[in-house]
Amino acid sequence: MKTRVVRVREWTRPVPAVFREVRAATPEAPEGKPPLLFVPGFGHGAWAFAEHWLEHAASRAFPAHAVSLRGHGGSGPAPKATLRAYAHDVVQVATSLNRQAVLVGHGAGALVVAHALARYPARAGVLVAPVFGGWGTLGGALARNPVGTLPAVFGGPLRLSHRQLFSRELPDTAAREYTARLGRASARAQWQLLRHRAAEPAVGNPPMLVVGSPDDRVVPPSALTRAAGRYGVAPLLFPGMGHDLMLDARWREPIDAILDWLDKDLST
Amino acid sequence: MSTFSDQESNDPGATLWRDGRPVYDRAGTVCVIGAGASGLTAIKNLKEYGFGVDCYERETGVGGAWNWRHDRSPVYASTHLVSSRPLSEYPDFPMPDNWPDYPHHGQLLSYLEHYADHFDLRPHIWFGTEVVRVEPADGDRWDVTTRSTGGYGAERTSRYSGVVVANGHNWAPKMPTYEGLDEFRGRVIHASAYKDATQVRGKKVLVVGAGNTGCDIAVESGQQAAKTWHSTRRGYWYAPKYAFGRPADQVNDSLAPYRLPLRLRQWLFHRVLKLTVGDLTRFGLPKPDHRVFETHPIVNSHLVYQLGHGSITPVPDIGRFRRNSVTLVDGQEIEPDLVVFATGYLPRFEFLAPELLGTDASGRPALYLNAFPRRHPTLAVAGLLQPDSGLFPLVHWQSVLIARWLRLRESAPERARAFAARVDAEAGNRWHSAKMKESTRHWFEIGHIDYLRVLQRTLDELEVAA
Repeated sequence: MKTRVVRVREWTRPVPAVFREVRAATPEAPEGKPPLLFVPGFGHGAWAFAEHWLEHAASRAFPAHAVSLRGHGGSGPAPKATLRAYAHDVVQVATSLNRQAVLVGHGAGALVVAHALARYPARAGVLVAPVFGGWGTLGGALARNPVGTLPAVFGGPLRLSHRQLFSRELPDTAAREYTARLGRASARAQWQLLRHRAAEPAVGNPPMLVVGSPDDRVVPPSALTRAAGRYGVAPLLFPGMGHDLMLDARWREPIDAILDWLDKDLST
Repeated sequence: MSTFSDQESNDPGATLWRDGRPVYDRAGTVCVIGAGASGLTAIKNLKEYGFGVDCYERETGVGGAWNWRHDRSPVYASTHLVSSRPLSEYPDFPMPDNWPDYPHHGQLLSYLEHYADHFDLRPHIWFGTEVVRVEPADGDRWDVTTRSTGGYGAERTSRYSGVVVANGHNWAPKMPTYEGLDEFRGRVIHASAYKDATQVRGKKVLVVGAGNTGCDIAVESGQQAAKTWHSTRRGYWYAPKYAFGRPADQVNDSLAPYRLPLRLRQWLFHRVLKLTVGDLTRFGLPKPDHRVFETHPIVNSHLVYQLGHGSITPVPDIGRFRRNSVTLVDGQEIEPDLVVFATGYLPRFEFLAPELLGTDASGRPALYLNAFPRRHPTLAVAGLLQPDSGLFPLVHWQSVLIARWLRLRESAPERARAFAARVDAEAGNRWHSAKMKESTRHWFEIGHIDYLRVLQRTLDELEVAA
């Protein structure tokens, strides 16, 4: 897959503008670290990162931002949104920041980030529990959660259960509360998760990090390894955690690992 | 980045000499001349490919032509893009999607300033410094002599491993000559000196030239002046900014994937113009003597409208000037107070010996892809293009190609040789499928799709690890 130069569709059918919710946490003393942009997966909004990760990143001197993809969280409605529109949202927010940003995508948001990286030279890319889609993803989801998954096949919403998203360490009430806040991606985007063109290579050759959990009940270890393999790296693992690493009981470990990696990798 | 003074104090032994003057060795660093839209993307892409970059900018800010504060900026208060936003932005740094389809020049400047800050380009730029000479040195390297803008201070020469010339081509006015122009008592200006409508208010104005600038000024004058004549040499195709409710360039480009033959595209475009703009000879304009795509596209919806209001009078070419009047080629005599020559600009590379770019007697350089001269593999020109779209996407890919090429020369010299041979063979070719009307205006005319398709092939061929 090569970077395409003639982009007729993007020129002639530009993605329409929409209001985008961006939550941010600013460090008290800026140390010149690059801004982070967190991209939530399908159903999630910027709130998922505003819960713990934004403040924590800011406390470690990273200006931190999270966007809600169109149709999610507090962003404007977009019932017909495509993957391209979601990637457009990410690039629009990233380019609005005052410095080259690090893109951090979670779940299907990691796929959105992979597409955004082909259209914006990020400082670095971080994929957290990446859902890169394909028919295998559907098979796995159907096996684990047939009632929540089947309607999505026919354009209905995908309902993830709290057992898929969180470990047992997270109190049940919190898990149910988070699950109740989930919205949905557009039916088109859900379909594109199954069948989509592979993302073009990342422009500007950014350093990449892949983070996940072997006990994730949405992304099986094989899918995690495969996603990491595309970037020639091995995944960083956090055993015992559920799919939503940023909300699970031990949310601090993965974000600290990501920030340590950024501190080390971007200083050279 | 190390500075010049570091070089001087820490390593005096590295200093080279040229004609008895010291030359500061900048090793593998590449020099970019100009910090406008082309220079900025050249710095950014060279940086991305791991090069050290020094950029010299004669002004004190970025933005080049798009910065209205600059002496050489051709923009006037009402300048808007004539290509729509998706066809005018850097492909890896889109403009905000809530901007209008055709942004204002002030928005373009803030976009370029934001680009420079976002990618941290300013530390690479030496502001207020102009380039006096660029001369070849041993081993395909270049000696670049600079001084403070305006000729203050001493000259300083530094040796670079490559030079990217991005000094723009819309700043040296091309003034036509006419018999009797000297004795004409009215005011005569070039469009580059036109800044806003106060200059024409209440006057009798003759606007010469049907480029996009000429049409814009004619329209403003039509609204503000007491009388406006618009003189054109031939009939042109005036494309509207919108067709079928969408930016016209997007409508036109939506046919690109079908790769229709040129004649068919021209026929379709003629049909669309006939339906949306209509027959312009009714308004007194001459019938175009060429097919569409054979001259630089003119995008102006207001001109025809003003003709319909009678506030612009179309007139033919100027025959001669007299003391108080202008005689047109059809014998008509008109008496303007102000003549605005919107007759375009000429490229100028006053710091380069003409043979380096293969420049012919008329001033036209011979370049491969309008970027690479023969026999000087480490010299390139960025942004010397007149596209039928925005320039930024093209110059972005052009500068990626320059960065890849400079990298490939180091990493895989045998692959680089094939490319160098093609540069030699094809320098000076035109990159447009239509046959352009002969004029300095069309020296650098390219069809953006034709050109990008060639760039795509060349980029893939020169692929290197960044």
